[in-house]
Amino acid sequence: MGALPPPTERIPVLRWLKQNLFSSGFNALLTLAAAALIGVVLYGLARWAITEARWEVIPANLKLLLVGTYPVDQVWRVWSILAMIGLLLGFSAGRRNGLIQRIAFVVAGAAVALAILPFPFGTRAWLLGYAEAVGVGFVAGRLIPAHRWIRRLEIGVWVLSFPITLIVLGGVGGPLPVVEGRNQWGFVLNLLGAAIGIGLSLPIGVLLALGRRSRLPAIRWVCTAYIELIRGVPLISLLFMASIMLQLLLPDSFRPDLVVRAMLTITAFSAAYMAENVRGGLQSIPKGQYEAAYAVGLNGFLTTLLVILPQALRAVIPAIVGQFIALFKDTTLFAYIAILEILSISRSVLGNLEWRGTIFELYVFIGVVFWVLCFAMSAVSRRIERSLGVGER
Amino acid sequence: MDAVTERESMIVCRDVHKWFGDFHVLRGISLTVEKGEVVVICGPSGSGKSTFIRTINRLEEHQRGEILVDGVELTNDLRNIETVRRDIGMVFQQFNLFPHLTVLQNVTLAPVWVLKMRRTEADGIAMQLLERVGIPEQAHKFPGQLSGGQQQRVVIARALAMSPKIMLFDEPTSALDPEMIKEVLDVMRELAHSGMTMIVVTHEMGFAREVADRIIFFDEGQLVEENTPEAFFHNPQHERTKLFLSQILTS
Repeated sequence: MGALPPPTERIPVLRWLKQNLFSSGFNALLTLAAAALIGVVLYGLARWAITEARWEVIPANLKLLLVGTYPVDQVWRVWSILAMIGLLLGFSAGRRNGLIQRIAFVVAGAAVALAILPFPFGTRAWLLGYAEAVGVGFVAGRLIPAHRWIRRLEIGVWVLSFPITLIVLGGVGGPLPVVEGRNQWGFVLNLLGAAIGIGLSLPIGVLLALGRRSRLPAIRWVCTAYIELIRGVPLISLLFMASIMLQLLLPDSFRPDLVVRAMLTITAFSAAYMAENVRGGLQSIPKGQYEAAYAVGLNGFLTTLLVILPQALRAVIPAIVGQFIALFKDTTLFAYIAILEILSISRSVLGNLEWRGTIFELYVFIGVVFWVLCFAMSAVSRRIERSLGVGER
Repeated sequence: MDAVTERESMIVCRDVHKWFGDFHVLRGISLTVEKGEVVVICGPSGSGKSTFIRTINRLEEHQRGEILVDGVELTNDLRNIETVRRDIGMVFQQFNLFPHLTVLQNVTLAPVWVLKMRRTEADGIAMQLLERVGIPEQAHKFPGQLSGGQQQRVVIARALAMSPKIMLFDEPTSALDPEMIKEVLDVMRELAHSGMTMIVVTHEMGFAREVADRIIFFDEGQLVEENTPEAFFHNPQHERTKLFLSQILTS
């Protein structure tokens, strides 16, 4: 006879209720009071959502919320960018295990989840198509045999996806006419801000963290000063500075676009926090790891790159993802510097007489969209946290 | 010491001093180790023996005196230090494997990145070494999944992958459960018989008696006694050595 399975412990529902909710007279009272309160709130919410809410405001303004003034006949460009990234993500997930696979899975899951929401048919089709792109990429990644140049190509396309995104969205003429009003692209700007912020603030943050621990005083002071300066100022005031003060300080010809300034600002802001997260990770690495790396002949640079950073970053993945989530939500602050991202577009929708008083509907919708994406990110983070136990000391 | 023997010596230390703050931890150590020699260093804890072997690959910097490894003097010149470290393998009390890499990756990391070896070649050599230390079947596990004795054998394989001329062992069995000490000592014994130059800091007196060419006794940062195992155990010269031996051999 083989090993026995562990005994499963099943607690009857009634006993669970008694233990947890009605263990004493006072607790029973609290339980009933809380239940009543929750019931009232939920009832009110449900009644509003079903009978009073004018949900038609969402589909009627969906295009405006998501892509702002982006021309309708050019919206395919936004979708193709998303599809390209979906394909890439799927492909990379197909070629390796672990982190990237979880991300792809969650992203595809989020697309399917969004497709369940009552979007117009076209949007839902696009969303499902997006999940499908991830799947197609995954299968392709699995089937194509491993090769050094395929790996290089994959990394190259990932790196290039940034400029490609900017070029395709902004346009260069010809089949991709230039799209004007770059500060009015709705949710696209939130996504773009988050993507650029995430993509740039992590590497910059790593460099700042390493710089802050540098043996060279000049580098250490500059990095420390930068981090402490940025962390001591609210993001909104940095954004105001970027939007108004630069305008006063710099000559017209030398002034980057408002959207570019906003995105660089949020990146610079996030990098300072990222640096502190990474520094926490660096400090958690025992001295013996450095010594072992030096002892086998690695120099300082290779030691940092191959031994210290991989462990340091893994140790602080939850904090890093938390920073990503904060960064994504912070893109709504663009609303205050005359950038029409999703939140400020919802306000202009309210300005339309036809949709007066639909503020709750709009905010609930925006809240749900952000929640789905942020939850996806934190789901990835939690899974990594759980899997971190494997192979660790 | 005449010039000829000095050129053939693997390690030459002359009057090495080191301070930790005000604490004078090494007080003028002079020691020469020939090629293929196995030297065991013992002594009470805090006597500076670990610090001393760590100065040989510059994990600790000495502040006076000179250290030559295979003819290269250890100075602040980074290139010298890197050359020397490439030629010296080190085994730590706390293993210090890289926990984020598999056993095989731990062993191939330095050959691939420092010696620019092709990955397939490095993998081949690594598997041979894991065979040699008796754990080829663990190649694709992570260090955290291995027992202490197995981890320490991986550390030895990792050091050997750089084809070192010298191996330093800093209390390699002190963190191990008793039943795992033998498997590590067996590997070290085999290594000694293969002609490797070794300096071993250890409390394993049985190993010292059997394998060492010379035993050195450290106390309070000084090299108190230096002798063959036979003479060291049967006819210790110094009072402090006698005291140490009586403590360690009766326990």
